[in-house]
Amino acid sequence: MDWTYWLFLLLKMVIVLGWALLMVPLLIYMERKVLADFQARIGPNRVGPVGILQPIADGIKLLLKEDLLPAKADKYVHFLAPLVAVVPAFLALSVVPFGPITHKETGTGYFVTHVNVGLLFILGLGSLNVYAITLAGWASNNKYSLMGGIRSSAQMISYELSMGLALIPVLMIAGSLDLVRIVENLGVAKGEGLSRLLLTVPLTISFVIYCICGVAETNRAPFDFPEAESELVAGFHTEYSSMRFALFFLSEYVNMITVCALATTLFLGGWKFPFVPETGPFPLLVFLAKVMIGLYGYMWMRATWPRLRYDRLMKLGWTRLLPIALANIILTGILMIAFQ
Amino acid sequence: MNMGPQHPSTHGVLRVMLTVDGEWIRAADPDLGYLHRSFEKMAELRTYVNYLPLTDRWDYLDAMGNNLVYAETVEKLMDLEVPPRAHYLRMIVCELNRIASHLVFIGTFGLDVGANTPFMYCFRDRERILDLFEAICGARLTYSYMRIGGVACDAPDGWLEQVRDFCDYLPPKLEELDDLLTGNQIFVVRTRNIGVITPEQAIEWGLSGPMLRGSGVKWDVRKEYPYALYSEVEFDVPVGTRGDAYDRYCVRRREIDESLKIIRQCLDKIPEGDVMAKVPKIIRPKAGEVYHSVETPRGELGLYMVSDGSDKPYRMKIRRPSFVNLSIFPELVRDWKVADVVVILGSIDIVMGEVDG
Repeated sequence: MDWTYWLFLLLKMVIVLGWALLMVPLLIYMERKVLADFQARIGPNRVGPVGILQPIADGIKLLLKEDLLPAKADKYVHFLAPLVAVVPAFLALSVVPFGPITHKETGTGYFVTHVNVGLLFILGLGSLNVYAITLAGWASNNKYSLMGGIRSSAQMISYELSMGLALIPVLMIAGSLDLVRIVENLGVAKGEGLSRLLLTVPLTISFVIYCICGVAETNRAPFDFPEAESELVAGFHTEYSSMRFALFFLSEYVNMITVCALATTLFLGGWKFPFVPETGPFPLLVFLAKVMIGLYGYMWMRATWPRLRYDRLMKLGWTRLLPIALANIILTGILMIAFQ
Repeated sequence: MNMGPQHPSTHGVLRVMLTVDGEWIRAADPDLGYLHRSFEKMAELRTYVNYLPLTDRWDYLDAMGNNLVYAETVEKLMDLEVPPRAHYLRMIVCELNRIASHLVFIGTFGLDVGANTPFMYCFRDRERILDLFEAICGARLTYSYMRIGGVACDAPDGWLEQVRDFCDYLPPKLEELDDLLTGNQIFVVRTRNIGVITPEQAIEWGLSGPMLRGSGVKWDVRKEYPYALYSEVEFDVPVGTRGDAYDRYCVRRREIDESLKIIRQCLDKIPEGDVMAKVPKIIRPKAGEVYHSVETPRGELGLYMVSDGSDKPYRMKIRRPSFVNLSIFPELVRDWKVADVVVILGSIDIVMGEVDG
């Protein structure tokens, strides 16, 4: 534990934070262009070449806007809510393994920290998001915002349980909560031949459930109830402007990255890809490519589907996803015993 | 809770005061009049010819239909015979306008349930219709194309072929829309069994247009009291079965197909000849009163006109279908959720310019 270790850690923190902050404008630009493509439009094309600087212009605009506080709003909670949204969003990225362990003796690698319960850490932080939305809705002194906040908590009890249960088969097969070890173990633990083929079935079911819940967790279409533009105007962030609104926006996109990163880690093999070496920049590139595919899926869904009614998600969560997730666990158990 | 007049889904400046219990609606109290422009009173102060451009502003998504009802009412009052070519041109533009209006409905209804893409597709296709209108009368929204006694000008060269091209262009695009909305499971779940109107209810509340036909009542002014030359073209009147928001959507969607059918027949049948009857410079219909109605995309648009023999109407009463259809809204939204309010309101397909008169 000499000073180089700490310097290296600090450097990695800065890099991951910087990467996330860079990804957000990139994603906003990508989303606008992808949506425009789906909708037979051109999309941003005025600021910079092919509109590439548009998100930066948006960011500057948000920075310079007046920071409004509605009358009779709860000043402190109103101030706190965006922070509650954005801090866990970035924290979750600290345990995401972008690549393998490179130095066995110090345990460092392509990640900021190596937590042996990384999965629980991410799930825990992910569920904090709902506090931010509920608090924001409550503190805004606006009925639409409040309704968005309440919807958000109703939404959480609809998906959270199924999401947790959907991940259990992964843990059972990989035998660890450690994200690095899950990536390394999962392929091996599935065995060879028939065992590999059959164990893929429960994992695929888990993946689908996780994807549905992941979209619900990030409040994106078709589960964007707390925002629900056509119903609640802008939902929980109706009364937010300037940088505070930008923080909500930031946290939404970082959460999307986290959900996709977790999906990549747990189901898509993380940084591994056939015939690609696990050294140098390759693990990072593979990981990034997989995350980007997931993010494209988000945009695809947003362009294609209408919004569900929020109580339908609850019905979906409790009457469909939950029983399937439970049955999936039993299936995994049976398969694992059969192929032991 | 106050919804509107600046709410993204109230389709204009409608204000509804909702009494909510959590997400449940217990009562709804619409507050109208933000766009009131006293159209009925204005008619009494203008000559018959002068008033025509104002009809464009009633229901600005179906200005052709408004032109038509006004022109035909005055013609009825004067016992004026309109040349057949003018009739056919009127029917073509009216049906095109019906398609344009229904495309706006489908697009905005998609927005109401949270689907953004159909809106763009609809407006792209509607643009083609607006281009056609621009070619024939120079305007894209407020056409004033019709005149008392005919239409302002004959179709320019090649215009009828362009209309035929459009009739071939639209069906594949509509299939795209069906993929995105009509057959979409989420869309069906959002709209099925929402805001059900029974046939009896629909008749009691005086609903008309797709609102009435969605409930299964086969009633269309074009069939019941044919005006222009609608008796000479063949078309079906689509009806729903359950009277819910989805049925009303489907009725409008199928009406687009029927309108295309009507346009094709009109293009085949349109004769050569004048587009304007002989009309005196100053129109002074003989004293009397008349009621005339046409089927606009929103329902029965009726005009009751009283003439005292002068060059201005003595009284003109407009039966505005959006206004009548909206009257059932408080009844419909009771005991539904906030998310359903926008679906039900969207399915009524109001135009505030018409509701507020």
